Amino acid sequence: MPTAIEYFKFLPKTNCGECGHPTCLAFAMQLANQKASLDECPYVDEEAKRTLQESNAPPVKGVTVGAGDGSLRMGEETVLYRHERRFVNPTAYAVAIPDILPEAELRELARSYLDMSFERVGMVFDLDMFAVFNASGDAERLRAAAESLVGMCSKPLMLIGAGAEDLRPAAEAIRESRPLLYAADEDNVSPMAALAAELGLPLALRDGTLDGMAGLVEAARKEGAEDLVLDLGSDSMKHILESNTVARKVSLRRSFKGLGYPLMNLVGSGEEGMMMAMLSTMKYGSLVVFDSLEPQQALPLMTLRQNIYTDPQVPIQVKEDLYPVNGPGEDSPLLFTTNFSLTYFTVRADIEKSRIPVWLQVVDTEGLSVLTAYAANKFGHEHVAAALEASSALERTSGPVVTPGMVAKMSGKLEEALGRKVLVGPMESGSLPKFLKNLGV
Amino acid sequence: MAKVPLPKEKWSGAITSTAMGDGGVRLGGAKGMPFLSFEDPDLPLPLLAGEVVDDLEDFPSIVLDFFGEDAEDPASWAQRWRGMGADLVCLRLLSTDPDRRDSSPEEAAAVAKSVADATGMPLIVYGCGLPEKDAAVMEAVSGALAGHRSILAYVEEDSYKKISSAAMANKHAVLAFSNLDINLAKQMNILLSDFGVQREDIVMDPLMAPLGMGLEYSYSVNERITLAALNGDRMLQVPMVCDASQAWQVRDCAEDEEGMGDPVERSAWWEFGTALAALLSGADMLIVRGPYAMQLIRGAIEDLGGGA
Ligand code: B12
Ligand code: SF4
Repeated sequence: MPTAIEYFKFLPKTNCGECGHPTCLAFAMQLANQKASLDECPYVDEEAKRTLQESNAPPVKGVTVGAGDGSLRMGEETVLYRHERRFVNPTAYAVAIPDILPEAELRELARSYLDMSFERVGMVFDLDMFAVFNASGDAERLRAAAESLVGMCSKPLMLIGAGAEDLRPAAEAIRESRPLLYAADEDNVSPMAALAAELGLPLALRDGTLDGMAGLVEAARKEGAEDLVLDLGSDSMKHILESNTVARKVSLRRSFKGLGYPLMNLVGSGEEGMMMAMLSTMKYGSLVVFDSLEPQQALPLMTLRQNIYTDPQVPIQVKEDLYPVNGPGEDSPLLFTTNFSLTYFTVRADIEKSRIPVWLQVVDTEGLSVLTAYAANKFGHEHVAAALEASSALERTSGPVVTPGMVAKMSGKLEEALGRKVLVGPMESGSLPKFLKNLGV
Repeated sequence: MAKVPLPKEKWSGAITSTAMGDGGVRLGGAKGMPFLSFEDPDLPLPLLAGEVVDDLEDFPSIVLDFFGEDAEDPASWAQRWRGMGADLVCLRLLSTDPDRRDSSPEEAAAVAKSVADATGMPLIVYGCGLPEKDAAVMEAVSGALAGHRSILAYVEEDSYKKISSAAMANKHAVLAFSNLDINLAKQMNILLSDFGVQREDIVMDPLMAPLGMGLEYSYSVNERITLAALNGDRMLQVPMVCDASQAWQVRDCAEDEEGMGDPVERSAWWEFGTALAALLSGADMLIVRGPYAMQLIRGAIEDLGGGA
């Protein structure tokens, strides 16, 4: 953001008043506060406008890949450490699909990845993109593969080919779906960037050195390509950590302008791939591309992404309410828990597993887990009693009230407050199926 | 060609460095943010402690299957860790729990000694988590490990005197536990210093919440602690220990569920993810439970800290 002084430098300082402000300085101050627009002064020249716009640009440019439902936003980060604000646009994960596969196999492979999805804490985790790879060397095959994938899902694509002519037919055919073109390097940057500019598509640049990358960015922009994603190489974890950190840091500090774009890493597969992917997720990667990915790898990785991109100031919560699970009736047991979504969904899944009908009262603990809430005095017998009162839970069922095992201490006082039998449940909700069966309800 | 500047920080502080065991192993000593060789050209590598317990009840079968009969004997188990590249042994004397075998402080200390003798590695020793029993156990352990500098775990705000005294008596370090909060971590270190524990003898555990169970808090708390230490806050310049084995508490880590893939490999990634987050946010030492995770973490440290 330019300051008032920086704006003032570019104004004619004639105080003519045509902008509706008494002086150029007053106008500059309004500009700095974003309460005026530069267009209101008829005397600012184009050159000055461009310079001011550049210093107005976000430190890391936002780039959209894909279109419609599945479109992804990358970049736009403003901090190096997430406690300063938070990270905004989560790392996207892509898997490679080679265009040499016969159509049916290609679709089957894509289908298996689309089916790889997990539900965790009430959220769905899945893959974000396909990277169609011109393994055949035949531009028409790449086009056919890309069209086939666009036809079967709304996931954005990345098109990987050796040069502009290899990518052109596919890029033109699925232009509407806004694929990411991969990649321009020092040998082909002009034609690649020209293609991206002509079709208005995002473009990946690849160079293993920071200086080389800065040169590529300049060259690509000269051709009119603006939506860039930078691949600084993935030779080792050390390389990813240091390159991504430097690129992000100089951009945020504005000590260097040319690297303020989303970053990406091609990590391959297997152990090394997973290690790099986890690293890239924590250290500034906007896109990670795999050769292949297995469910036992994807779940921990996507959980990590969810953790890193969540806002620690605001725990994910569910609403305080009485929730029926497995169709409870007038004498079903009445369990209660906190409104921290990790706690709620864990407990709920365990009750569902038991198939035993239960009323589940969620108590508003401001999103804290059982012990954390108890330690913070937000989950005492009085809070539980108030929540049960508000939901008229005791009128819905004559069944026993069951406390989480970790807050067994409150059971006596709660029994007094409610005038209803209170049982102490297991410590871990994983033991609930057994516990509920033994209740014999 | 454009020249990208190296954004090197001028840190005014560094993490203390302290010798463990018989002196061959050093803990701490970082002078920059984790693994940035342009901030700290000869960065010290974080240490890895392999976890050993002396009571196998409720211990994950994936790990027990790997160690087989060696898991029955802490010294043999610890030797296996040494073969796998661990720097320390994390010994949990769970059998001292009155609800388990209620083994005596002397028995427990003998186990600790057997591990130290068999491996020559420094130990980080935990009791069963009950403050009174732990105090007695640590007193015995401190004597048994005299001359073999280890870490006694752990002390908290409302019970630290006995274990700290036990540590000071034989020049061991003490693990200062605090709960996911930079101010509490600092407060704990101040308490110990005021009590007479040297700064070189304090190691802190700000609670590494595992992947999928609060990692988002720990990652930032650790980063803030590391930044504050490098920016000169002396009371936070002590090595940080993160317990990656907590990953096994998370249901999805090792549960065998349809659609979630192989639990053996998944548990390794679960612990690895927890460990890598700890390393990148400033851990100087990790406690590791899974053998496959140990291999992965060792590989990552070698890569990240590599001279290449
Ligand atoms: C992440 C975390 C935090 C996060 C908050 C996360 C959140 N949204 O709750 C933060 C950093 C904010 C935090 C803060 C604090 N925390 Co905290 N925190 C944790 C941590 C690492 C994980 C908690 C978690 O997510 N658990 C997972 C959920 C799913 O567990 P759960 O809610 O208990 O649910 C399980 C069971 O209770 C049971 N269950 C749940 N509901 C029901 C219902 C029924 C009917 C049944 C039968 C069973 C059941 O099944 C569930 C699955 O097993 C734990 C340590 C640990 N590893 O457990 C400490 C821990 C809970 N925290 C603790 C403390 C002391 C605090 C603080 C008071 C510290 C401080 N002095 O500031 C503060 C208080 C909060 C405040 N003032 O705002 C202590 C509690 C000590 C105690 N025994 O009372 C713990 C145990 C750490 C420790 N070892 O000291 N904490
Ligand atoms: S219109 Fe332009 S020149 Fe005139 S006062 Fe406003 S800013 Fe100054």
